[in-house]
Formats: sequence, structure tokens, C-alpha cells
Amino acid sequence: MNMKKWWKSGAPWIWLNAGAISISIIMVFGLLLLILVRGFGTFWPHPVVQTTYQVPATGEQVEMIGELRRSETLTGQALREAGVAIPEDQLLVTRHLFKLGNRDVTGRDFTYFIDDFLGEWRYPRDITVLERREWGDFFGQPVRLLEEGQVIAVGDALWPEFQERLNRSNRLFDELRQIERRDIGNISFRLERVRLDQRRAELRGTLTPELEAEFAARRAALNAEYATLQERLNALRAESRRDALVMRVAGGEEVTVRLDQIVNAWQPNNMSVLAKIGFYVRDFFNFIFGYPREANTEGGIFPAIFGTVVMVLVMSIIVTPFGVLAAIYLREYAKQGVLLKTIRISVYNLAGVPSIVFGVFGLGFFVYVTGGAIDRAFYPEALPAPTFGTPGLFWASLTLALLTLPVVIVSTEEGLARIPSTIRQGSLALGATKGETLWKVVVPLATPAMMTGLILAIARAAGEVAPLMLVGVVKLAPTLPIDGNFPFLHLERKIMHLGFHIYDVGFQSPHAEAAEQLVYATALILVLLIVMLNLTAIMIRNRLREKYRAEGD
Amino acid sequence: MSQTHTATSMNANLFAGVDRQIRSLSDEEITISVENLNLYYGKDQALKSVTMVIPAKRVTAFIGPSGCGKSTLLRCFNRMNDLVDICRIEGKINLHGENIYRKGIDVAELRRRVGMVFQKPNPFPKSVYENVAYGLRLQGVNEKKVLDEVVERSLKAVALWDEVKDRLQSNAFGLSGGQQQRLVIARAIAIEPEVILLDEPTSALDPISTAKIEELIEELKVKYTILIVTHNMQQAARVSDYTAYMYLGEMVEYADTMHLFTNPAQKATEDYITGRYG
Repeated sequence: MNMKKWWKSGAPWIWLNAGAISISIIMVFGLLLLILVRGFGTFWPHPVVQTTYQVPATGEQVEMIGELRRSETLTGQALREAGVAIPEDQLLVTRHLFKLGNRDVTGRDFTYFIDDFLGEWRYPRDITVLERREWGDFFGQPVRLLEEGQVIAVGDALWPEFQERLNRSNRLFDELRQIERRDIGNISFRLERVRLDQRRAELRGTLTPELEAEFAARRAALNAEYATLQERLNALRAESRRDALVMRVAGGEEVTVRLDQIVNAWQPNNMSVLAKIGFYVRDFFNFIFGYPREANTEGGIFPAIFGTVVMVLVMSIIVTPFGVLAAIYLREYAKQGVLLKTIRISVYNLAGVPSIVFGVFGLGFFVYVTGGAIDRAFYPEALPAPTFGTPGLFWASLTLALLTLPVVIVSTEEGLARIPSTIRQGSLALGATKGETLWKVVVPLATPAMMTGLILAIARAAGEVAPLMLVGVVKLAPTLPIDGNFPFLHLERKIMHLGFHIYDVGFQSPHAEAAEQLVYATALILVLLIVMLNLTAIMIRNRLREKYRAEGD
Repeated sequence: MSQTHTATSMNANLFAGVDRQIRSLSDEEITISVENLNLYYGKDQALKSVTMVIPAKRVTAFIGPSGCGKSTLLRCFNRMNDLVDICRIEGKINLHGENIYRKGIDVAELRRRVGMVFQKPNPFPKSVYENVAYGLRLQGVNEKKVLDEVVERSLKAVALWDEVKDRLQSNAFGLSGGQQQRLVIARAIAIEPEVILLDEPTSALDPISTAKIEELIEELKVKYTILIVTHNMQQAARVSDYTAYMYLGEMVEYADTMHLFTNPAQKATEDYITGRYG
């Protein structure tokens, strides 16, 4: 009886609803928490262990220097079956995954060690981690600092001297990078221009010997400029090769690392918490604003962030006018009937089409058909190399615009439908035509709804990956889509994208263990980026709402 | 034709203290004439051969129970019914002798000459200033001096100027309901119409705002021909010169207001104004 009463009171429903919402919240926040913890944890300088290890198979004692990545406990049986000599009576075995670094010396930089065979864990203060431009991290103890092969510093004097020289080497590297990326990139761009100009003249039949001579002169000037830069590059390179650090690695072997190979160096066992925080902030900054290295498994993700933002912005610029105009036509002008209903249902259903289908369509229609036509019409001098007839930023944005069009249309239509008819009538009664009423009164009032559509579109577009792989996103783009060369925004260029970057680093990378943390960090940045884009749009919408706050709205 | 009439019969209290002449339509200058107007919503006939004349610079009130067609009729005068797809109209409405339902007439131009104020205040989501300037801007007037002048004059005409002159640039939605309704009237008169249609202009307002609007109507009729639809018979009696009683789409009685309220010719009118209707 009591049970029946409880059932009838509706309390079970409340519990059910509350349960459903709790599960959703737990899942969402759990995911965010995981990404946050792992993502933000990536850059913390973890202590490095030095210990000995008795190799179970041979009984040989070896030295080991490494950073503990994770520990796990398994049954002895499992390991015995895997061929590790564990005593028969031992039920549980703990093993640790260590990052050993020194990929070029040892061949593999992540190795499992069984707890029982490890000696005492020590944390010597002088253990140094070198972040290198190639081959990943390097663990060891610094022995000597060399200049042109001559010993400069040993012992206590070594570390400060090394820091100073590392700064110098990094400055040289930045200068080199600047020349390579900006100045030489610029010259290549202009050389290509000259080639295209000449080819265009050739195709039009206007290439006179004088013109040809002029092109040759321009080319020669650029080549001379290039030679100067090349000389400067060579000088800088020679200079940056001056210093080297000799490191003692696990096992006692000494390895020489040139300073121009080193990005950053730290002694994690010798850092205070404050120093670690400073290091962390700097590393995080470098991650966001740096360029990727080593097939994207090292370095920063700046091009991917930049590409994602630019692509989303271009998409917004395309999708908003199209969506709004289409919605206005559907809601305000089109004759309501079966045909319109069909069109509306079709548009709404577009939102349900798998995104990869849009990708295929984008590649087939936009890239090959439209892009090909544009190339033949406007860039014949560049053929057979395609300009727009190849995946690129514009096509990626356009494909996403198509993908998100229904969202914008639906939101705008709903917004238009919500405008009270009295306001329209008020305008019409003052002698406004339908068009004037629409543009001066109705559309401004519907802008918050349009922004809602745009917010949804941005959220969807920024997280989309599958279609982009077909229409413009690549693993590594040599140049950013915006630079100092006319026309500044290069819509035809290929771009990098955070979503694709996650896929690429996580699943296409040769160093899965090394990449794992970067995947979390990149995912974190992607989530933050989408949140930021959305917050911006929401702020704009709220301001508009405030501005057009209607009574009863 | 006019005669002095002391309100002694029913509804005398409506006119207590008023000593007024009974007017006759035949003495009036005519702005609008309606000839045999029939209006259909699909198959339903909403107006049945309405024929009447509207005198210039007078207030003509339309009363009647809900659904009697008085608002529909009002909306015929500025062709607001055009917005309803299924609406069909037969007959003529002449504004200064020109049929406004004639082919080729410029509806926007017509609506500039016949302004309208609705039941619920409907300011635009713009500043007070821009609300009043809206009609002029539509006509391509963008000169600041002209606009400033018209805005001030219109707002003064509706006695709103003193209340809003310091916040002309703030959003019109910030005004009270009564202020909004006066703003909407200012917006309508800013473009100098000849006729103003008021569709239950005070039904959403409190008594004080209602009184202000009624005062305003009294002042406006010096310049404009005013048509008002109202549910409130006291209001009709207070503000109008002529009253039309409508029932089920038909014009039952149309006469001088005092005459209609004190001495109705039709039994149906008498029943309605004495509250015996329904």
C-alpha cells in the first residue's frame, strides 16, 4: 500500500530524472576532468630515477636512468606466459613503465621494468633532461662542456655556463628559423610569382624578348638575394655548431650532444616547486605557440590552432549569410505549401547526413569540379600544378559551411517565427514595404537567434575531422594560411587542424607512448578553443539580446 | 438640423455635465466613405455590406461585442487585411473619393496617409528617437535637423517629450506601457497622416495611462481624422463624436455618440449599451 502510494506520488520519476541528469553530468565532467588532468599534467617536470636493474633472463646488472610513467600490477602467471622468469610461487608482480629517452642510443625510449628486480631508487640532483630537436628527450649526467672540442667547464661551473651557451644557441636557432621561414619563404614566393607571370605572358602570347629579359633580371635579383641569405645561414649554422655537451648515460657510456641540437634542458631532481611552476608555464606557452617537430610528436601545435581558428572563421563568414538568407526566404517569402515543406524537411535532414559524405562531396564537387574550373579560368599559368583544384582552406571551410547550414537555417527560422506580428504590423502601418520591415525591424530582432545558430555551427565545425581529411587538412602544412605576402589570406593553402592533429599524433605516430601525453594536451587545447569560440559568440549574442530585449521575450 | 438635447434618457450619466450639440453627419466634411463593403475570411463572411461615411477631424468610435468585425473594418482602412492570405474584399472604400482598393494603388503610400496604433504597444527594438524617426527615414529623410525637429514636435504632441527628452537614445522597451503607447502614437503622427486608426489603444493600459491617451485623442482630433475601436463604452462616450455599433459583421447603428447612447434607434443597440446583450 505504502509502496503504491510512493509510486503514485511521482517520486520515482523524480529519482529517475535526477539519476539521468547525474549520469550525464558525471560523464561530461569525468571526460573534461580526464582531459584537464592529463592535458595540464603533460608539461610538469617529473623527477628522474637512477637505479640498477637485474635483467630477469640473464641475471645481468644494468644501470637505468628514467622517468616513471606509470605502474601496474599483474598476475605472475601473465608475465610467466610472456616469457619473463618470475618465481613460480609469486602471484602478483608490479611493473613500471619508464621513459628512458636516448632513443638514438638505446633504440627504444619506453621500457617496462619489474619491481622485484629493481635496485634502490635514487634521485641524483645532477641528472639532466635534454629536449632535443631530433630523437626525443635525452637523459644523463653532464660531464664536460666543450667549445670547438676544447673543454670549457666541468663540475659545478658547468651548469651555469651551459645555460648561458644554450641561450646563445637558441638565439642563433631562432635567427636561422626566421631567415628560413620568413625571408627565404618570401623569396620563394616571389620567385614563383615571377615564374607564373612569365608563364602567363607565354600563354597569352605576349612574351616579348624585352619582357623575358625583365623576368630574367627579376629572377637574378631574387637569386642574388637568396645567395646572400644562404651565406648568412651557413655562417649562422657554423657558429651554432660551436658548443657541445658531453653526457654520461646509463651504463657509463659518454655521449656528445651538440648544443644546436638542444631545445631546452633541465635538472628535474634539482628544481624547487617554484622553478617547476616556472618551467611548466614556459613549456605550456611553447606548446601553444611553437611549431611541431619530429612528425608532430614533439614541439608545439601553433599551426594547428591557427588553422582551426581560421577555418572556423572562414566557415562562419560563409555559412551565416547563406543560412540567414535561406531562412528568410523560407519563412518570409516562399509560398507555404507542399514544395516548401519538402524543401524544409530536406534541409533539416542535411544535418543528419554523416559528415564523411560531405567530405566526399566536397572533394568531388568543390575541389575537383569547381576548383578545377577556377584553375582553368584564372590560374592557367600554374597548371598542371593545381591552385584551387586541390584540397585547401577554402574548400574545407565551404564543406563545413554546407555541413552546418541546416543548423543556422533552423535557428534563424525559429528566431523569425518568434518575432511578434505586432511589430511587423507596426512597421507596415507606417508605410514600410515588406522588405523594409524585414531588414529594419525583423532581421535585427532575429540576430540573437542567428547567433545561436552560429554558435551551434561553430561547435560542430571546430570538432569535425572526418570530412576535413579529404578537403584540405594535412598532417603538416609548410606555411600558415595568413602571412605577409599579398593577398595575406591564402584560401588555397592546406591547413593543419587540432582534431586531425589528435588523430595523427595519437594513431599515426611511430612513438605512441611519447605521443600519448601530447594527445591529451592537444585535446585539451581543442576543447578550450571551442569553449572560447563559443563564449565569444555567446557574449555577442547576449549583448544583442540585451539590445533587442522585447517585452515578453 | 442640429438640436439641443438634454440627456435625460438612459445612459444620461455618461454625459453628466456635458452640454453638447448633437451633430449630424450631413453637416460634416467627409474624409472616407465606405460603399457596400463585404469581407470574407475564406468562406466566412466577416463584414456584411457595410456602408458608412467617416467625417473629417472627428473621432469616430466602433463598438460592439467581440468578433463583431469592428477591428476587421478598421483594418480595411489602411489595407492591413492584405496581410491575411485568405482574406477577400468586395466593395469600395474611398479616401477623398479615391478607392483605396483600386488596382495599382500604392499601399505603402496609403498607409503613410492612414496611420495605425495597435492594441498592444509595439515600439521597435530601437531607441526612442529612432522609433519616432522611423517613418521619416523610410521616406528617405535623413537630415538630422529635420529629424530632430519632427521627433521633438511629435513627442510634444503626445505629451511624452518631458518624460523622455533625457533618454532619447535609450531603448524604447525601457518605457512603461503607457509611455510606449504614446510613443507609438507619436511615431504615427510623425509622418503627418490624415487619418489615425486606433485599435483598442488603451486595452492593455492602466487607468491613468488610459486617461492620458484619451486626453491626447481629444487634442489630436483638431488635426486628424480619428477612428477608434473600443470595448469600453464609457470610453467611446467620452472621446468620440460619432459611434457605430456593429454586430455580427453588420453596421447596426451609426449616429452621433450622444444620440446613440441616449436615444438609440435600434433595439439591438439599446440592449448592448444597457448591458442586456448576451
